Amino acid sequence: MNASRAEICVVACAEVWRGDGEILASPMGTVPTIGARLARLTFAPELLLTDGEAMLIADVPALGRPARVIEGWLPFRRHLALVTGGRRHVMMGASQLDRYGNQNISRIGDARRPDRQLLGVRGAPVNSLNHPVSYWIPRHSPRVLVERVDMVCGVGHDRAAAAGPAATRFHGLRRVVTDLAVLDFETPDRTLRVRSLHPGVTAEEVRAATGFPLDVPADVPRTRPPTAAELRLIREVLDPDGLRDREVRP
Amino acid sequence: MTADKRMTADEAVARLADGMTIGIGGWGSRRKPMALVRAVLRAGLTDLTVVSYGGPDVGLLAAAGRIRKLVTAFVSLDSIPLEPHFRAARQRGGLELVELDEAMVMWGLTAAAHRLPFLPVRAGIGSDVMTAGPDLRTVVSPYEDGEELVAVPALSLDAALVHLNRADARGNAQYLGPDPYFDDLFCEAAKEAYVSCERLVTSEEFADEGGPQTLLVQRHCVTGVVEAPGGAHFTSCAPDYDRDEAFQAAYARAAADPAAWREFVARFLSGDEDEYRAAVAATHGRDAS
Repeated sequence: MNASRAEICVVACAEVWRGDGEILASPMGTVPTIGARLARLTFAPELLLTDGEAMLIADVPALGRPARVIEGWLPFRRHLALVTGGRRHVMMGASQLDRYGNQNISRIGDARRPDRQLLGVRGAPVNSLNHPVSYWIPRHSPRVLVERVDMVCGVGHDRAAAAGPAATRFHGLRRVVTDLAVLDFETPDRTLRVRSLHPGVTAEEVRAATGFPLDVPADVPRTRPPTAAELRLIREVLDPDGLRDREVRP
Repeated sequence: MTADKRMTADEAVARLADGMTIGIGGWGSRRKPMALVRAVLRAGLTDLTVVSYGGPDVGLLAAAGRIRKLVTAFVSLDSIPLEPHFRAARQRGGLELVELDEAMVMWGLTAAAHRLPFLPVRAGIGSDVMTAGPDLRTVVSPYEDGEELVAVPALSLDAALVHLNRADARGNAQYLGPDPYFDDLFCEAAKEAYVSCERLVTSEEFADEGGPQTLLVQRHCVTGVVEAPGGAHFTSCAPDYDRDEAFQAAYARAAADPAAWREFVARFLSGDEDEYRAAVAATHGRDAS
């Protein structure tokens, strides 16, 4: 069975929660949501998941289907309290992300009169100072992976270090999964490097789609493909309607 | 006998004034006090500072130019991630935005409810919320750790507007959906709170609807109670009704074109709440035929 690019991304997203233990997995976006549910069904059964609203779910439904079993209540007020307790790993989106992992979801352009007003900072500042954070970028491009973000919402390594111990104490950027590659910050200066290239993607393609010089190690591995069991779960159990293909084109 | 606080939405809004700081309950496009917001639009109130986990409440007020300053962590229609009327207002430089993190808004309201000048949080440091709007200040822990934390200033409100499922005439109010959002906190952070509800009930009837933990808002915080069936429309008000997605989509589409927006306003926002409901019902009747 040949896995699609979206299915490769699902597994790469699932992998960010490996070894996290009994914490809340908070995926933002379709592919990360399938990924978190796949992790829960396979190698990370301890993970807590929500229904996207106020309930913690005990079963793992397909996307768009309701859960049958509620195991807990997590309204926004408790969710925000849980964040600062640290028992959570979020995978957020990014309208812009720089090499240090500073993320922007608020606006493009000037603060007083932006060219494009986006969502707002949401929980990015509190998330990034209190528990592990990964990012999902469904379209790897120089407009997203930029030299400099227009507003720092999620805090990157350089800004955290400059802000001091209060910012670094529980700061932890894990991975950035894109439609081309998996990246991490395991470099001497804590800047992005390619951790693995998705099957069929070249180092040149990734460099060309990135708005800053990017380290692609000579011996960079390939992102692991889904196992046959994982593919079956993705296709038949978690996303029978194929919503993943709307986020990452086949 | 405790005071009967029943009033109409227009009577509630008549007690507000230009330039006030108004907190609006709900979250995104969920259980927003839309009948009260529509009354604010009718009353011509302007120059407002609005504190909200923003949805179409912000969109409608921003489109009408009523917001001077917005304090928020986001503005979204949920099923439509970006609120087009808010975006348009921002992109023409039409309102001042003070961006706080979601947790900072909660702690700012909590500080106000507790009559504290601020609460310390581990959030904001290193990010640009520190300088977005008035500069946030920090405090240093007086204990051995000596950690520097952000002092979120109290978000004290002149008035709060919230919509719940049930309320009694004295101002006790009950939510029956999955999430209380922060409606109790908005009421406690405000000098005056106005609660609209789907259905006015006697205090005895609360127990038939849900357990005691569903009694979210207590009467000592509440100035006025407004019975407003469909008062959250077009946002969701579970379990009474879901979001009116078709109507929300039409509202969002109309933002793209000034003529379409003028037509939307003429059709839905130029009359009172009864006329609004009749216009919405007519839309649905037409869609169904």
